[in-house]
Amino acid sequence: MEKTTTVAGRKIPRFLPRVRGGVHPPDNKQATADKPIRKMGAPELVVLPLRQHLGAPCSPTVGKGDRVLVGTVVGDSEAFVSAPVHSSVSGAVRNIAPHPHPAGGEVLSIFIENDGEGALDPGLSPLDWKNMDENGIRRAVRAAGMVGLGGAAFPTHVKLSPPGQYPIDTVILNGAECEPFLTSDYRLMLECAEEIVEGMRIIMKAVGARRGIVAVEDNKPQALRVMAETIRDPAIELRSLHTRYPQGAEKVLITTLLGREVPSGGLPMHVGVVVNNVGTAQAIARYFRTGLPLVERVVTVTGSVVREPANLLVPLGSSFAAVVESCGGFTEPPAKVIMGGPMMGLAQYTLDVPVIKGTSGILFLSSAEAGYEIPREPVCIRCGRCVQACPMNLIPTYLAAYAHREKWADLERLHVNDCIECGCCTYTCPTRNPIVQLIKAGKAELARRKALVEKRRADKAAADADGGGGNGSR
Amino acid sequence: MEAGRFIVSTSPHIRDPITTRRIMCHVIAALAPVTVYAVVIHGIHAFYVLVSSIAGAMLGELAVQKGRKLPVTLDDCSALLTGLLLALTLPPQLHWWIALIAGLVATVLGKQMFGGLGHNLFNPALVGRAVAFVSWASYMNAGYAKSASIAIANTSTHKLIEKAVDVASGASPLAAMKIIYDPSTSPIGPGGVPHGIQASTYYKPLFLANPWGCLGEVSALLLILGGVYLVAVRIIDWKIPVIYVGTVAVLTSFTGRDPLFYTLAGGLLIGAVFMATDYTTSPLAGRGKVVYALGLGLVTWLLRFWSNNPEGVMFAILFMNGLVPIIDRYILPRTYGTVREARKTGESGEAAAS
Repeated sequence: MEKTTTVAGRKIPRFLPRVRGGVHPPDNKQATADKPIRKMGAPELVVLPLRQHLGAPCSPTVGKGDRVLVGTVVGDSEAFVSAPVHSSVSGAVRNIAPHPHPAGGEVLSIFIENDGEGALDPGLSPLDWKNMDENGIRRAVRAAGMVGLGGAAFPTHVKLSPPGQYPIDTVILNGAECEPFLTSDYRLMLECAEEIVEGMRIIMKAVGARRGIVAVEDNKPQALRVMAETIRDPAIELRSLHTRYPQGAEKVLITTLLGREVPSGGLPMHVGVVVNNVGTAQAIARYFRTGLPLVERVVTVTGSVVREPANLLVPLGSSFAAVVESCGGFTEPPAKVIMGGPMMGLAQYTLDVPVIKGTSGILFLSSAEAGYEIPREPVCIRCGRCVQACPMNLIPTYLAAYAHREKWADLERLHVNDCIECGCCTYTCPTRNPIVQLIKAGKAELARRKALVEKRRADKAAADADGGGGNGSR
Repeated sequence: MEAGRFIVSTSPHIRDPITTRRIMCHVIAALAPVTVYAVVIHGIHAFYVLVSSIAGAMLGELAVQKGRKLPVTLDDCSALLTGLLLALTLPPQLHWWIALIAGLVATVLGKQMFGGLGHNLFNPALVGRAVAFVSWASYMNAGYAKSASIAIANTSTHKLIEKAVDVASGASPLAAMKIIYDPSTSPIGPGGVPHGIQASTYYKPLFLANPWGCLGEVSALLLILGGVYLVAVRIIDWKIPVIYVGTVAVLTSFTGRDPLFYTLAGGLLIGAVFMATDYTTSPLAGRGKVVYALGLGLVTWLLRFWSNNPEGVMFAILFMNGLVPIIDRYILPRTYGTVREARKTGESGEAAAS
């Protein structure tokens, strides 16, 4: 059933089963696919939000007026699910104040005035992972402020610390990059394949996995070739995936590659798997090689209104405005600015937001490309396209309708919390229903209501116990 | 450097170019050959039926939407398609005013009264036909006569029917068979194989140019090609038509009748390809569609052979339409990551339905 294809003298399996559901939007990667990664000079001011990851936000560890160097910790947290933030420039802390954040709202941020010297923090030094134990690697990865660079920005050290009852047998590196327009992972695979493979070995060691799989979509034959030439370790396999969105979603990837299904509400570790982005692996390897924590990342800057679309190595905290300036500015004003890809990215209302750890791309769309239509009262012709497109086998149109009509019990009955918010349903809907938006709103409201019920129950229990500390407040 | 005001909306930020109108136009395109051919075979009166039915359907939609001060949605082509589908289920010699009223009923009663596009429980075109069928039964049955192009078909076959069947000339092939097989009226006798008339003599006209049926029954070949087109452009799922027709064929052969004849004759093909696959009135997801199609096959077979009415497709589809909400509630796809766990208790290892 599985056929193989020969790339660079090596046989790699291809024609894996395609994603159940999914969609195939035009990939639009041609503008930047052939542009080597270019380093962007640090702007005069960087703004580092203290929340750049999922989990607990950091607290500032520096004060106004302090001098910081490249790699100096400026924010950290005691919480396990959190990652420290480091300065990406050397200079003085000018301000610590709330600032617009690309994920919405305002977040406490460290404003650092760049002195242009780029002086490195003297505490940074390369690390030899081969002589470190698992805990040492995890601690180092945390100290580097490493988070998933695919966009979700989950703290990497948490992923590398599965509890003992869940032995990990396989590490998957996700090189699918199934979002249209984005090419940052593709460029990394072409230019930094060695580091990606080394990162894989570090991750495998940290979680004790015997098997590694690098998975790349078959619309990137160059990346497949380079990876095939680079991987020399027999424990690491290369797989060619069908080009299909959302091939790079963790659960989808695990099912395609291993035939395992992550249980509803569960995590990849529950089926013995850890999934990381190729970019994360590369960043981990570079950190061990140089000692420099996560202070910059590759960002694809593209869209028809950008004068010189590029794959840029951007210091974290650079504003979107500074990024577009280093790409020659605009040919015409953009109608829509998106952080991330067009399927799951976040629309921005200002260019004053900074590049953060999860910024895989910045997309500037013209009004024709944005093709925005004002959502109407949902009409469903029951064509079933969303059902066919849903990789989680949900019934998106019903979920949207139930969310719209506030039928919370029905939402739960149809497993609304298994929605991965990939947006395939909405992409494919002929009547332009805002399906995934309604589902997201429904999920949020359901969670709020459940928390409220829990809180009431806990309060009541506390009152019954006459002042005893309630334990159900989570 | 602020470049101005940006559109802020949630993802996804790009959309598939497919629209409701495009879907409707694909179906209309799939029906175009059989529609044109019907006019060629049946003559200009068939064209009047077509125009009246479509006009009725569109007027009905317009009237309700104007009356309720709703946005007029004739441009989504769904009313046009309803009128066209309805016309294709009508006899070619039908009075134009019956076609017009059926069209009005289809969109007003069958669709807008439920809340418009996507909300109707029953197939609007079949609601229109059903109302005409019970209101003007004699017209609906006699309307097959006076076909202008009978010469195109197999003339000897036609003579055979007229000889074997003492009904108004031009009865539909299914009606003819019904009478032949009915012990009380059959000229052949109870249980006996009818001599002088073989189901197989109908194959060719039914497939290529059938002058005895409704507008849409004029050529099984063109209907099948239309269905293949719709499956190829991914407008319909092959499951419903294939399973429906297959079930009828299998059950028919169990009854000792000619499965090919009963597949080609009557409204089965147009019903299976174009009516049973109607989005709004069929189940949303895979397994539900299978159950629905099996039910359609069973009910059609029951009605064809165990009721007075020879043509069971219309009522079978309307009946199963009524069950769709129940099917959709209880026969759902297995959500990723859910059932396999529950199954582990009963079965071991690989789940069959993965």
